[in-house]
Order: sequence, then C-alpha cells, then structure tokens
Amino acid sequence: MLAYIMRRVLYAIPILIGVNFITFMLFFMVNSPDDMARAQLGAKQVTPELIASWKEERGYDKPLFINSKAEGLAKLSDTLFVQESLKLFTFDFGFSDANRDIASDIKERMIPSFSIALPTFIIALITNISLALLLVLFRGSMLDTSMMIVAVMIMSVSGLFYIIAGQVLFSKMWHWVPISGYESGWDGVKFLFLPVLIGVFSGIGSGVRWYRSIFLEEINQDYVRTARAKGLSELKVLFGHVLRNGMLPILTGVVVIIPSLFMGSLIMESFFGIPGLGSYTIDAINAQDFAIVKAMVFLGSVLYIIGLILTDISYTLFDPRVKLS
Amino acid sequence: MKLVLLWTDMLVWGLVIVLLTWSWVIFRSPQVKKTWHNIFKSSIAMASAVVLLFYLLFTLLDSIHLRLALPVQSQKSDVTAYEVEMVSLLDLIFSHNIENTERTYSAPFATTEYTSSIVVDEEGITKQVYLPLQHVSTEDDFIAQSLLALALGFVLSLALVFLHIYWREKSRFVSACKEILQGKSTLSWRTAYGTFILLVLAFTWAYMLSYSYHVLGTDKVGGDVLYQSFKSIRTGVLIGILTTVIMLPVAVILGVSAGLFGGWVDDVIQYLYTTLSSIPGVLLIAAGVLSMQVMMDNNPTWFETTIERSDLRLLFLILILGITSWTGLCRVLRAETLKISQMEFVTAAKAFGVSKLSIIRRHIVPNLMHIILISVVLDFSGLVLAEAVLSYVGVGVDPTMHSWGNMINQARLEMAREPMVWWSLFSAFVFMFILVLAANLFSDRIQRVLDPRNKV
Repeated sequence: MLAYIMRRVLYAIPILIGVNFITFMLFFMVNSPDDMARAQLGAKQVTPELIASWKEERGYDKPLFINSKAEGLAKLSDTLFVQESLKLFTFDFGFSDANRDIASDIKERMIPSFSIALPTFIIALITNISLALLLVLFRGSMLDTSMMIVAVMIMSVSGLFYIIAGQVLFSKMWHWVPISGYESGWDGVKFLFLPVLIGVFSGIGSGVRWYRSIFLEEINQDYVRTARAKGLSELKVLFGHVLRNGMLPILTGVVVIIPSLFMGSLIMESFFGIPGLGSYTIDAINAQDFAIVKAMVFLGSVLYIIGLILTDISYTLFDPRVKLS
Repeated sequence: MKLVLLWTDMLVWGLVIVLLTWSWVIFRSPQVKKTWHNIFKSSIAMASAVVLLFYLLFTLLDSIHLRLALPVQSQKSDVTAYEVEMVSLLDLIFSHNIENTERTYSAPFATTEYTSSIVVDEEGITKQVYLPLQHVSTEDDFIAQSLLALALGFVLSLALVFLHIYWREKSRFVSACKEILQGKSTLSWRTAYGTFILLVLAFTWAYMLSYSYHVLGTDKVGGDVLYQSFKSIRTGVLIGILTTVIMLPVAVILGVSAGLFGGWVDDVIQYLYTTLSSIPGVLLIAAGVLSMQVMMDNNPTWFETTIERSDLRLLFLILILGITSWTGLCRVLRAETLKISQMEFVTAAKAFGVSKLSIIRRHIVPNLMHIILISVVLDFSGLVLAEAVLSYVGVGVDPTMHSWGNMINQARLEMAREPMVWWSLFSAFVFMFILVLAANLFSDRIQRVLDPRNKV
C-alpha cells in the first residue's frame, strides 16, 4: 500500500512539471520578461538599464530553456524555466504585483473558501443521493417523470441566475440574511447560509440525474433480484444493497473533488464578497497579476492529483476486490 | 454591397457545408436513417430540434457580414466606396432598433425614461420629470398592433407549415394533414409544427412591436435589449458548437491511437491529457485568455475594425476552450477503443490482414460515433452556460461583443437600484434558458436512443 502511494506520488512529479511547462509557456513565451518589466515600470521613461535591473532583481534575466553560456548540467538548470519550477515545488510562490507574499495570502484565504465549499459539498451530496434514492424507489411513476423534467429545467438555468435571484429574494426583499460579507467563527453562519443554499440548489439537477442513473444501473443486477427473492423489502434492498454497491461509482466522481474544495468557487465568492481563494483568483485575473494566477494553477493541479490518489485509496477501503499493486 | 467573411463566419459556413455533406453521405445508409427516425419519434425531441434550428437560423443570419456602399453623392470617383464598419443580415433586419437608441434605461414597453431628470420649464421652474422616450410612438393602439402582428405571424407560419407538408407528401396532401392533426403520423410532426408556429408568433409579435416600442426595454446607454438578445444568439451558439467541433479531431485521433497502438504512444497521450486535465479548467482558460490579450495588444495589425478585433478574440476563446475540453472525450474514446479492439470482429479483420488504417476507418470509428455525438450535444449546453460565467470573470468574449454573459455582467451592477433594473438580466436568462433547455432535452433523447447501455 505504502509503496503504491509512493509510486503514485512519484508519478505526479512529471505531471506537475508538465503543468509548470504549460503555465510557463503561457506566461513567458507570449508575455516576455521585457514586456512584463515595461508594464510594471510604466510605459514612460523606461530605459534599457531600468528593465535590465528589474529583470535581475526578479531573476528574469536568465534564458528561457537553454543557457548556452553555462557549462554541463547548468546549461539546462540555470534557466528561467527550471528556476521558476523549483520555486513552485517548494511552494514558494513569490510576491504578487502588490508586493504581498502569495503563499501567506493563500494560507490565510483557504479557510473562508473551505468553510463555504465543505458545507455545500456535504449537504449537496446528502440531498442529491437521498432524492435520487427516492426517485429510484418510485421509478417509472408520475413523481419520477415529473421530477426528472424539473431536474432538466434546474440544469438549464445559468448558475448566475440562482445567485442573483437568491440575493434579490432572501436579502433584498425578505431581509433574512445579509447580501454579502464574511466573518470568521459562529457569527459568520448568517453569511454562509445563502451561498451554501444556492450552491446546493444549482447542482441538484445534474446531481440527482447522475446518482439516479447509477442506482438504476445497479437495480437491474442479479444480486438485487436475489435480494428481492429472499423476501427483503424494497427499502432494505435500496439501502442495504443498491446504495452500498452504488458507492463505488459515486466515489470515483466525489473523492477527487474533496481536495479541490480548498480552491473555493470563483463566482460564489466574488458575488458574496467572501475573502477566499476564489475571489483572490478573480481579483488577480482582473488585475492581470500573473504571479498569483500561476500560483493558483499550480496549487489547483497539486490538489487535483492528491484527489486522484485519494480516489484510488478509497477504492481499497470500499471494495475488497480491488487490490492496489 | 460587399460580402465580408470574418474568421468565425468562415468556420460557421464551413461547418454547415461539412455537416450537409456528412449527413448526405450517412443518410444513404438505412441503418443510420432508422436511428435518426427513432430519435425523432419523441415529441420532445422534435420540439427541441425546432427550437435549436430557430436559434441556428439567427446564428446564420448573423454570420453573413456586409459592407454597405456609401451614398453616391459622397463619392468622388467611379469606384464604389464602402463603409468601414460591417453589418450582418441580422443588423439589417433590426436596423430600426440600432438607430432608435434612447438616452438611458427604460422598462419594457415603457413610454418614459426609467430615471427622472431635472428639467427647467418655460416659466423657469425646475422640476423632476420622467422624460418621454424619443422613439416610442404612443399613438398606435397596443392591442390592435399586437393582434395584427399575431395574425400576420399565424398566417405566415401556417403557410410555411402547409408548404412543408406539401413538399414532403405531394400525392396525399390532405390525408397527411389529417394524420398530423390527429397526431397519427410516425414522427410527431404535430408538436414540431406547433412549436414552429409558437416561435414564429412570438418573433413576429416582438418584431412588429419593436417598431413602436422597446419590447424588452433599453440598457444603460439606451441600446435596445431585444436586439442585443438576438445578437447574443450567435456568440452563444458559436461557442457551443465550434468549441466541440474544433477539439473533435484532436480527441478522436489521440483517443483512438492511444487505445489501438498502446505502448509508448498510449503513455505519451495519457500523460498529455492527465496533465491538461489536472489544471483547473477556469484557471487554464483565464491564463490562456490573459496571454491572448497581451498577444493581441502587441499585434494591433491583426485586425482593422472593432468587429474584427472582437471576432478574433472570440476565435481565440473558442480555441482555448477547445484545448481545455478535449481531454474528457479523449479518455472515454481511449477506453472504448481498447474495448472494441479486443472484440472478435477486429481480431478477425487483423487475421485477414486488413491494414490498421482500414480497421480504424471501418470498424473502430463507426462504433465510436455514438459517443462522439453524445459528447457534442452534451458539451453544447455546458459551453453556452460557461460563456456567461467566463464573461463575468472577465475572461469571456470581448466586452464590445453582444453576448448573454456581457448583458448579465452589465445589468448586475444595477442590482442595487430601487426598483430593480431587471429586464436585461431577464432577457439574457430567458434566451439562454430556452436554448440550453432545448439542447439538454435533445441530448437526453440522443443518449437514450444511441447509448447501447440503455437497450435492455
């Protein structure tokens, strides 16, 4: 098991190098260090010396991929690409354009993001699975058909609509919850209510459809027929057999998301003014702060890969047939 | 008049030509014909197909760009001069709405402005009044006009419906009409024609009244919201269709070769898509769009007019979306190819010495067709919705381009007003909802018919 995890972690390294390569290409090939210096220093009175000193200060004066001046291995290692990637691997994200330490910013903003994303995730999971089980219990009935139509309709509405409608109804018209904002601790619950509710509701359509199709696939299996033949009630069949066997495909889709919950939701956080990583990213995008976007891309990939590894591990816990090797 | 082709226009019309030839080729096979017949047996599929075609029609109308000739008196030589800015056919249809801009916000069918202005009247007293809109004619009777428009729309749509029935069933026209009316035809034409008539009625009503009112109100600078909503159709549909179509060849070629050849080819391709898919989608798109913006700023010679600029940006956005979205399909195609290549008929073909290329062409790709088709229609609705979100994040289409995302984004800033400026949001959401709902219902049907897992 441990050896397997080690191998998976090692396998993640080339992928992260690839991720770095892609972001590097996007940021440095198109937007050369010279351009960056010019944009940072302002268009007026930029002398070549100023640009050179700015580049040297940040270590941007090295060649991109191959350093022809250096000797031996340093030909490859003493380049901008390797230096930048190494920094990222040690989670040293450098400084943003506003001269703030990105790593400490990220640490600070992870908690608000997580405090919205985790309740949304858990409540959505429970609601979607119970609704799907309910529909499977009444499959083929009027309830099932009409709920499926409602699900398609919920899916077809833009997520932005739910946010705007929710804010107008709950905050502007009924004054139940504040329209936006954030507070840490238990006082903050009133701020979290609306984003969590909207997050759960907007995903209900696709979620219920997905879980329902998983359960419906299970319900035609032989073991279900056997369970019924034994005289088990439909409820026992559903919870004792269908739900347990359906867990496996559910795990594939669900576990991989869990680490990414730290990344927060771009839209939700910026609409509700929550100082999490999502709004951090969106602000960076709007300010064209490349350093932050690069850090977030790297962080997101790391979390995704952790999610993939967790998925594999959770398989062994839930399915005795699966053995990692 | 001079015809101009933008980059995306070329792609759209190229796609139309390819689709027509492709359907002409495959529809010669009775099996394919039967499958599609099966799909359209459902009345929901028929209705949503009509809605999709309606949106497609507006996309195509908006994809023919012209440069109008300048008036003769302003020309010095015999050579006809053309205007710099181009207009599309849709702009010509709505030309009255483009010209009739107001000063600021006004509600749907309103006769006065939404905000009050301070005016000094003849006696020198300052008053706060709601100024009347400049391009709304209050003399025309609203009800009479509506009835006239509805009647016209009804006659027009009915004529088109009968023409279509006649074209299909020349010899037994009357009995065919009866069958359709009673819902006994094999395909549910009744629903299709019903949807068609409804859509034409809605359009003619809104269009006729748009000559004397702002049917869906006006936005902050007085632009007509109805016109904006129709202009946005092209952006949404283009992002939905072109993105999947552009990434399709990549996904199919890489997926099939990974599954079929195995070995290092498989390793490389798997590495490629795992890397790409491990980057969070929105961030990769944002990074791509940011870089593209810088690139376009550095190369101002690539475009001459603002329309060309926003068109180029749309094209890049579609490319970036395509790059981020091929991985999912590629993974599925690889797994499916792996499964198919171990089946008996492929082994038999290999034993007979059939070349790898022929195996791919004759045995593998036809068996992947349903997955490809399902993924195209499934992705479509997701991409239309994604456009709105991306425009909100600031990495969507050009801010000068008409799109539902931009409409929502601009209207969002006015949410704090009391009473709310709701019409821009409402129009964008409704136009988007109808398109996405139709696409979702249609893809459900396609999935149900084509997916072999559903045949129990």
